[in-house]
Amino acid sequence: MMLSRPYALAGAAFLACVPLVLPSYYVSVATQILIFSVLTMSIDVLAGFTGRTPLCFGAIFGTSAYVVLYTFSVFGWPWPLAMICGVLGASLLALLFAALAVRTSGVYFLLLTLALGLIVWGICLRWTPVTGGENGLRTELRQSLGLSARGLYACVALVVGVVTFAMWRFVRSPFGLTLRGIKEGEGRMASLGYDVPLHLTIAFTAAGFFAGIAGVLYAVFNDFVSPSTVQLAQSVSGLLMAIVGGIGTLFGGFVGAFVIIALEQAVSSVTERWPMVLGLTFIAIMIFAPEGVIGKARLLLTKSHNIDPDGVGR
Amino acid sequence: MPEAILALTDITVQFGALKAVNQVSLSLMAGERRAVLGPNGAGKTTLFNAITGAIFPNAGRVMWEGGEITRMSPQRRAHRGVARTFQITNLFGQLSVAENMRLAARGLSASKFALFGQDRLSAAQSAQVAAALAMSGLAGQEAVIVKTMSYGEQRQLEVAMALVGTPRLLLLDEPAAGLSPSERGRLAEIIRNLPRDLTLVLIEHDMDLALALVDSVTVMQNGQVIVEASPSEIRTNALVQDVYLGKPHEVRLSDAPTY
Ligand SMILES: Nc1ncnc2c1ncn2[C@@H]1O[C@H](COP(=O)(O)OP(=O)(O)O)[C@@H](O)[C@H]1O
Ligand SMILES: [Mg+2]
Repeated sequence: MMLSRPYALAGAAFLACVPLVLPSYYVSVATQILIFSVLTMSIDVLAGFTGRTPLCFGAIFGTSAYVVLYTFSVFGWPWPLAMICGVLGASLLALLFAALAVRTSGVYFLLLTLALGLIVWGICLRWTPVTGGENGLRTELRQSLGLSARGLYACVALVVGVVTFAMWRFVRSPFGLTLRGIKEGEGRMASLGYDVPLHLTIAFTAAGFFAGIAGVLYAVFNDFVSPSTVQLAQSVSGLLMAIVGGIGTLFGGFVGAFVIIALEQAVSSVTERWPMVLGLTFIAIMIFAPEGVIGKARLLLTKSHNIDPDGVGR
Repeated sequence: MPEAILALTDITVQFGALKAVNQVSLSLMAGERRAVLGPNGAGKTTLFNAITGAIFPNAGRVMWEGGEITRMSPQRRAHRGVARTFQITNLFGQLSVAENMRLAARGLSASKFALFGQDRLSAAQSAQVAAALAMSGLAGQEAVIVKTMSYGEQRQLEVAMALVGTPRLLLLDEPAAGLSPSERGRLAEIIRNLPRDLTLVLIEHDMDLALALVDSVTVMQNGQVIVEASPSEIRTNALVQDVYLGKPHEVRLSDAPTY
């Protein structure tokens, strides 16, 4: 679609300018939004394009952060190697989850991935010698990289830009089309010669790879990881971000991460009841814009301009 | 006598206590066009499912081009040249005609695994798609979103998608169901003009339509084959006429004529 490219460029230019105008606290919030945008888009690759909604991506994301911080601080590996290991660890975990889950669908897939995520959380909580248990792992990765808040934002923005482009290519590729086919009709795909579980496994693993990159960024950003990073709430809020942004829109991940994190910032200064506010937001979105913010905007645009309503641009 | 290209031997498919297909044997010569007729619930679609691998039979054998495929997965059968359409339209409704055709065209090629490439077909695939669309009367409709097409056009797209991989066996499950008379006529033309070397099995409720298109006919009832004959014999067969006129008629084997 012709319209998307200028929008994407305008968005990228906007994100590049953010640190020039905001105070450093907000630069840090913006960094967090970018990181969670990647997590959200990785969830959308599965939920939006294959129609399989996962509830384990917090665990995959957090596993990557654990691996980075552990290999960096305990093994003393150089940071590039630690980061590669983080992404690899997340991808392998995703591959394992995929092998167990891709033959299910709908609510069974949701529940099975939820259970798999809980296992990871349990391991992180109990395997104290390695994970530090409830205390988690704390390192000085970020200091050793010598990054200021603005410097970190710039690095994160660059990586996020590249990863976003890669994900966009991924969902728009011949392979991405097979995922949309699977979402709409697995039986038909099989009769056309597609090995549906294989395609889902590849998609799940790729999504885990992207979530792993988000986890690496988070490890640097936070210099700390604990069971709360891999807990169910992380998976749920990632999924909420994807829904708020609009399932199947990919770039909606930025909107979803922005809305949820900005709201969390605003609400937490007023009340402790963030989970309740999150729940109410979710309900409001489902009632007023079930197609998500980007989906809603696209619908309105389609109505006024009669353009091709199809996804993410081509 | 030449070998059959498709041979079913004593196929039985059970759903619980129900034998949806009961000891059916069937064989087709290469290039033969066969109609499978019978009332609703006779087991026709289930028989197709056993041929394509959507379900595995409880007993019996399916042979295709000299090899056994009884328990082979549907996607592997597709790679061996078996294609089908679905009785209930089973298209990718949110996608365009071109995207549906791209999925059909790549099903049998490794290009479906291009993870980051451009979503374009190779020249050879494009030519196949264009030919299949032309054969199905859908040339020029590539940009249309499938769910916005008329039902008749969707049925034509079903056929186009099955044709694009240049299959050697095509199974059409009630392709004309629900179509208006003029749409039926168009679809009949499309089927009549399919390549002559394509082996074809047609399930069709409209007996006149089916008989005009095929070389041979199998009539099923209650999961069993009750008659196998040429179209002209079928037209005059009292048992078949009864089945089709829907008379409550308990079939006894002795009713079946010798053929
Ligand atoms: N998946 C299934 N599970 C249970 N029963 C089925 C299933 N598919 C078909 N049947 C039953 O098998 C019988 C044959 O169905 P079908 O092959 O669809 O008949 P036809 O295509 O000739 O109308 C019917 O009684 C139908 O209800
Ligand atoms: Mg049927």
